[in-house]
Amino acid sequence: MASIRYTSDHEWIRLDGDVGTVGISDYAQTQLGDVVYVELPAIGKKVGKGDEAAVVESVKAASEVYAPVSGEVIAVNTELDGAPATVNEDAEGKGWFLKLKVADAAELESLMDEAQYKAFLETIQ
Amino acid sequence: MLNREGRPTTPPAAASATAGTFTGNRALRIEEALIFEIGRPEVSGVDIAEPNKFAPRLGALERTAPIGLPGLSEPETVRHYVRLSRTNYGIDSGIYPLGSCTMKHNPRLNEKLARLPGFADVHPLQPVSTVPGALELIGELARWLIELTGMPALALSPKAGAHGELCGIMAIKAALAARGERRSAILVPESAHGTNPATAALLGYRVEPVPTRPDGTVDVNEVKQRLSGDVAAIMLTNPNTCGLFERDIEDIAEAVHAAGAFLYADGANFNALMGRVRPGDLGIDAMHINLHKTFSTPHGGGGPGAGPVAFSAALAPFVPLPYLVSEPGRWRLVEHAGDAPAGAQPFGRLTAFHGQMGMFVRALAYMLSHGGDGLKQAAEDAVLNANYVRAGLADVMSLPYGDRACMHEVLFDDEWLHGTGITTLDFAKAMIDEGFHPMTVYFPLVVHGAMLIEPTESESKAALDLFIATLRDLAFAARRGEVARFTEAPRYAPRRRLDETRAARQPVLRWSAPAPKAEVAE
Amino acid sequence: MRYLPLTPEDRCEMLARIGVHDVDALFADVPAGKLRRAPPDLPGYRGEIEIERLLGAMAAKNVAAGTAPFFVGCGAYRHHVPATVDHLVQRSEFLTSYTPYQPEIAQGTLQYLFEFQTQVAMLTGMEVANASMYDGSTAAAEAVLMAHRITKRRKALLAGNLHPHYRETIATVSRLADDAVITPAPQPAGREDLARLIDDTVSCVVVQTPDVFGNLHDLSVIAASAHAAGALLIAVVTEAVSLGLVTAPGDMGADIVVAEGQSLGNPLTFGGPYVGLFASRQKYVRQMPGRLAGETVDVEGRRSYVLTLSAREQHIRREKATSNICTNSGLCALAFSIHLTLLGEAGLRRLARLNHANAVALADALARVPGVTLLNDTFFNEFTIRVPGDAAQVIEALARKGVLGGVPFARLDPSRSELADLIVVAATEVNTPADREAYVKALAEVIRC
Repeated sequence: MASIRYTSDHEWIRLDGDVGTVGISDYAQTQLGDVVYVELPAIGKKVGKGDEAAVVESVKAASEVYAPVSGEVIAVNTELDGAPATVNEDAEGKGWFLKLKVADAAELESLMDEAQYKAFLETIQ
Repeated sequence: MLNREGRPTTPPAAASATAGTFTGNRALRIEEALIFEIGRPEVSGVDIAEPNKFAPRLGALERTAPIGLPGLSEPETVRHYVRLSRTNYGIDSGIYPLGSCTMKHNPRLNEKLARLPGFADVHPLQPVSTVPGALELIGELARWLIELTGMPALALSPKAGAHGELCGIMAIKAALAARGERRSAILVPESAHGTNPATAALLGYRVEPVPTRPDGTVDVNEVKQRLSGDVAAIMLTNPNTCGLFERDIEDIAEAVHAAGAFLYADGANFNALMGRVRPGDLGIDAMHINLHKTFSTPHGGGGPGAGPVAFSAALAPFVPLPYLVSEPGRWRLVEHAGDAPAGAQPFGRLTAFHGQMGMFVRALAYMLSHGGDGLKQAAEDAVLNANYVRAGLADVMSLPYGDRACMHEVLFDDEWLHGTGITTLDFAKAMIDEGFHPMTVYFPLVVHGAMLIEPTESESKAALDLFIATLRDLAFAARRGEVARFTEAPRYAPRRRLDETRAARQPVLRWSAPAPKAEVAE
Repeated sequence: MRYLPLTPEDRCEMLARIGVHDVDALFADVPAGKLRRAPPDLPGYRGEIEIERLLGAMAAKNVAAGTAPFFVGCGAYRHHVPATVDHLVQRSEFLTSYTPYQPEIAQGTLQYLFEFQTQVAMLTGMEVANASMYDGSTAAAEAVLMAHRITKRRKALLAGNLHPHYRETIATVSRLADDAVITPAPQPAGREDLARLIDDTVSCVVVQTPDVFGNLHDLSVIAASAHAAGALLIAVVTEAVSLGLVTAPGDMGADIVVAEGQSLGNPLTFGGPYVGLFASRQKYVRQMPGRLAGETVDVEGRRSYVLTLSAREQHIRREKATSNICTNSGLCALAFSIHLTLLGEAGLRRLARLNHANAVALADALARVPGVTLLNDTFFNEFTIRVPGDAAQVIEALARKGVLGGVPFARLDPSRSELADLIVVAATEVNTPADREAYVKALAEVIRC
């Protein structure tokens, strides 16, 4: 079972084979408020670690979502188009944004695991 | 960059609704339907003669299908719009303390003069020989703006402040190109208005943020660290968006010029300086002026504006078309590069025709009414009023940069609301119930929960005393824990809090005819 | 100083309350020597009487359109604005209100913007429209930038018969944003072959109808060519009243329609303020510049309106915004909307028919003047005539005879010397038979000389 990893920008990634599913953390969605729209990348787009991969919009803000690792976009969550509230309801599950064909799984090692991320959140809150 | 404001946009459930009427009206406040619901395509409030029969020349392009546009008779039209107007707040209703917007009084003399047929009923393309008075008015406005800015050249065609910013940065890009240079970055303080980075990006520049000092101003050393042969310009607002004069501005100008770059100034806050400080004396290369802020042309629900740009000698050759050239005994309108004086290198054209003449008439009438001495007094009163508000609230609300003199606007943050369960937004909504339009909230972004108050010189001392006293009452109520007063506000406005989330998730941006009812089978 | 409520006593009290000796102390951050002590070198304040005299004298030097037979168009048109419109836009709550940032006390503004957006969408035959741009020309430039964003291409094809001011405005933004434009030559008779210039590097084709010479165009053919290459069709309309009689661009395949709305509700005012109409297909709405008013409810479930989809705009997206635009042309949009409501569909159609009838009558009468040729097969309320000699001199001579006969094309584009004998003539509902006769008579005299 793939374990979840987090970035300090509050993205998460779950790796299954060489496919990483990416979204924003539950903490991120509480900070954003009601999500009204997610701008998803084109399939086939190649992103480097830290490149802008998506944009998530609330009424009063727009936040960039950065790729946690390098890879190629192979799927996007089209369900979000009609139901952006899913990001608020289940940010780390059904509210996923995109799937990447991960170029180098080793890039995940520098990301935080669940416990480390919880600790990180405590320092910033 | 998350939304750290955390303010909800789906409002909580309402407290008990007030007692209803059959109509939903509340005495003078009428619930008014849409024109599409009360009008009909076959009704008209204008009597137009039907032409005699004739053979049209439309080819096959006559529009025959129904358009769906509703019509109302004249009495119905008047009622519709009068009722709508009654749900709006305006400067004429009361203090409108929006920071950076300069909501000063809109004189009605300006409206009367703008409607003189010699100004209102002249076409931009009728022969220039038939409009010498129009050119004279524009020339006179230019004279006043040149004297007030201390800068030698003006572009009068930009249609709004943001359009003026575009004009200024285009001139800078053109000036660099004329030197054979191509630079790719523009420095923008973190506190800048969003139009600044948007303008830079539109022209292909990379925006490099400059952090502000703890007191909100820009440190010349931070600028120097970021200057290079690749920086085209820095965009400063002065006074800045926190209401403070950028005291390093001359040193910044010097450093910027030494690096071969230009200083663009966002003139939105010129109301603090007019008649007292000339931007040209500070080393500014280009500055747009918002005629609808500093020079009283009406805001009209969001526009129209006018954003002429003053240029330094270095940028003067690049003023866009069209512009006026002073010649003995007359003004000449230059509309094409071929007619420009020797040495002029206009960077192009920003818009059709000549500029916002309607706003020029109004602004000049305002300037003539005040005179040079009056404009100086207006700027001083604007600064005095803002500091008076500051003095009245400094002990109950938190000032992010300490209790120090501000210019024409005073910036508070929401530190003082910590632990009350009340946000800046809630506080603003409670002001509405008290009969005031709220100040600018959540801008600038460099402080948390910003509240930017700009009273302008149009407020009397009595009006300010009432405003201050009311905000003090609200502040104490917040401290006492009267949360519902704020979170349930506004109670008395024509509408209570709106579901902005729904508006963005399920955008309905126009009325549509309801689907025809399904046929019911017998 | 009648606009300044503070008295000297007030100022003293306030300075004392603030704790400073004089107001200069509040300017302490201004660099030494840069705080001017004396007032500016400008005249002192004056009362209303004197200002009326001064500005009245300037205005009196201009020939107002209502004082002469008037046939000047090319992007701004003299129509009759009913008296009601100007009274309503001067109501305090419309004139002196601002952008509806606090929607609870701005439902008047928000509702009229929602109505305006709907009217614009209907008129243009499109699905959605915004709350207005500065004017038609800047709206056209923004439409080109929008097409670049959507197609991810950065080259625009501008029809030769596009109004030269619009072409130059788009070309200026393109040049300074390092984008490309293709600008074929004008074809006064109306026949342009744009399809051959479209390839897969072009993001949009910008076509004006009626064009600057007045010719009407069926856009469906060029729409198909554009779409086949993955480009968008941007239609430009400079005379909004034409949409009451001529097929709408949205019904001919346009993806974005921009228009100048000045004709309805707004006087000529020597070129501004005007109002830009901007409409597009629903699927492109998130790429649209400008403000959008949307419908929602408040906590008591009452239908309400609010500015929405704001995350596109500069105050949120900053350097990634769809545009740098902040203001719209609110009061001019209101005037447009009120005028159109007063007209209604039947009134608009009748107004458009009257415009066309007057133009047909004038075109035929002018074409009968020896030496004058009418170029157009089709037109709405504007057409082009060829005159012997220099058209600009003819126009000046007509003006000396008290007739404002139109726009010499060279005024808009002096680079085309072969078109220096063309005059673009506009006729609207304000022209009388006597006006037309005066024009014909004066033109015949001028040509004979």
